[in-house]
Amino acid sequence: MSIIVDHVNYIYGADTALAVNALKDINLVIPDGQFIGLIGHTGSGKSTLVQHLNGLLRPTSGGIYYNGEDIFEKGYNLKNLRSKVGLVFQYPEHQLFEIDVFSDVCFGPKNLGLDKKEIELRAYKALKQVGIEDEFFYQSPFDLSGGQKRRVAIAGVLAMNPDVLILDEPTAGLDPKGRDEILDQISALREETGKTVILVSHSMEDVAKYVDRLIVMNHGSIIFDDEPKEVFKHYKQLEEIGLAAPQVTYIMHELKECGLSVDVNATTVEEARISILNALKNKVRK
Amino acid sequence: MDIIKTKKLVFEYIRRDEEGNVEGITRAVDEVNLNVKQGEFIAILGHNGSGKSTLAKHINAILSPTEGSVWVDGKDTSDEENIWEIRQKAGMVFQNPDNQIIGQVVEEDVGFGPENMGIPTKEIWERVEESLKAVGMYEYRKYSPNKLSGGQKQRVSIAGVIAMHPKCIILDEPTAMLDPVGRKEVIRAVRALNQVEGVTIVLITHYMEEVIYADRVFVMEQGHIEMEGTPKEIFTQVDRLKSLRLDVPQVTLLAHELRMSGLSIPEGILTTKELMEALGLK
Repeated sequence: MSIIVDHVNYIYGADTALAVNALKDINLVIPDGQFIGLIGHTGSGKSTLVQHLNGLLRPTSGGIYYNGEDIFEKGYNLKNLRSKVGLVFQYPEHQLFEIDVFSDVCFGPKNLGLDKKEIELRAYKALKQVGIEDEFFYQSPFDLSGGQKRRVAIAGVLAMNPDVLILDEPTAGLDPKGRDEILDQISALREETGKTVILVSHSMEDVAKYVDRLIVMNHGSIIFDDEPKEVFKHYKQLEEIGLAAPQVTYIMHELKECGLSVDVNATTVEEARISILNALKNKVRK
Repeated sequence: MDIIKTKKLVFEYIRRDEEGNVEGITRAVDEVNLNVKQGEFIAILGHNGSGKSTLAKHINAILSPTEGSVWVDGKDTSDEENIWEIRQKAGMVFQNPDNQIIGQVVEEDVGFGPENMGIPTKEIWERVEESLKAVGMYEYRKYSPNKLSGGQKQRVSIAGVIAMHPKCIILDEPTAMLDPVGRKEVIRAVRALNQVEGVTIVLITHYMEEVIYADRVFVMEQGHIEMEGTPKEIFTQVDRLKSLRLDVPQVTLLAHELRMSGLSIPEGILTTKELMEALGLK
């Protein structure tokens, strides 16, 4: 069970004077159960790439394979694919429309043609998974806070019970607590269910904290694909393409320059804390 | 004189059912008293739904108070006659740059504001030039905005506001949709406007590291101002901020965690330099 992206090119407005080569020879293997971060500056091709993974966009050349099958072959059931590869767009709360929270989450599974009991069971489970309490189920989704709306929208995709969950900047515009809540829930959900999660993000701190594989895009190409720690070693190159390392990594570099022998590859506050404490201990011993 | 002054400002959103009967009232801004001096850089923090944006929309008369008053440069915003003058004095920049750019070419977009004010053509071009230079986008003046990155587009939006020669700019989460370098570019441009041109800045953001250069920080909670102080005074209170659904910059958090681990480091560290001094490295 996996997604394979094979030599994919995509050109917006092909055959026109305004053709833009948005993806250039992309090759990826996405095995089951990975938590993948996808980063890149605005316009680097992240959103174009994820829209290929569930067949919303068709490559200009190259192929996409889901569980060994070519998703663009004649007769392939794309509708089924889209329930297996769930895509949460940017600002998904703009897509809420039902009269209450529960009905909104039921909409996806209802379209899968499931029976009523199964639909409601899935909606209930999905809402619980994103931490929405029963008291909100029969409120209008429009009366919720920004963070709650966002979570209801994510629940709408979870209720389709996808094997792969793709989230395009799920925390943009949320307050810090709302950001942490959503990412903690996604991370817990993944551990519980073994779903594959792909997180598109502009926050280096968030990807450093959560993902186990980090893909970096620039001008339609993949330029790094490795563990976050390895990728952030190239922070100078990341800066050249509009990105950065997490803030603590810069702190560690400066401390090292001042003679404290800390681990400059620390990417989270917790790693930095331990490394600084150890370095100070060793310094005293000497 | 204060450039922005609010006195017991209250704003209520009224929800009505289909027949027009009042269903519920939400008090989004609750008795806020705010005084901002000309040339100050202030930041407003607060969780989603705490009333930040509603407060900000009062400063350039997009909303008008349910109770209390707002004055911009001495003009009362609830007086209809003052509205155009207030909007020239207090310009607003929003979250999504794509919703704010209308011109086909960068310099035309920036000229749109002054053109509507009836400024003579020659002066419009002078203003366009100086505004684009102020945000570091002059070399892109002939570009189509479509060809720019998010951070560049947002700086064009800011130039469009500056071209109207406002005394004050309100930025409502201007960096929420940008990548790290785009965020830095925008914040750098905003600080330069404040320090070089003396423009008053009101910055609303969810990125804690962007407010460390502010003169004063206000934290909103349920429509009122819950905390007020310099960035250092505010970020000293790590646990209180967390209970308000907020955070502190990573360097502040790291220093706080080291302190909890037994090191003698003061609270409210805002920069790496301060951390190094506290660790005795300089």
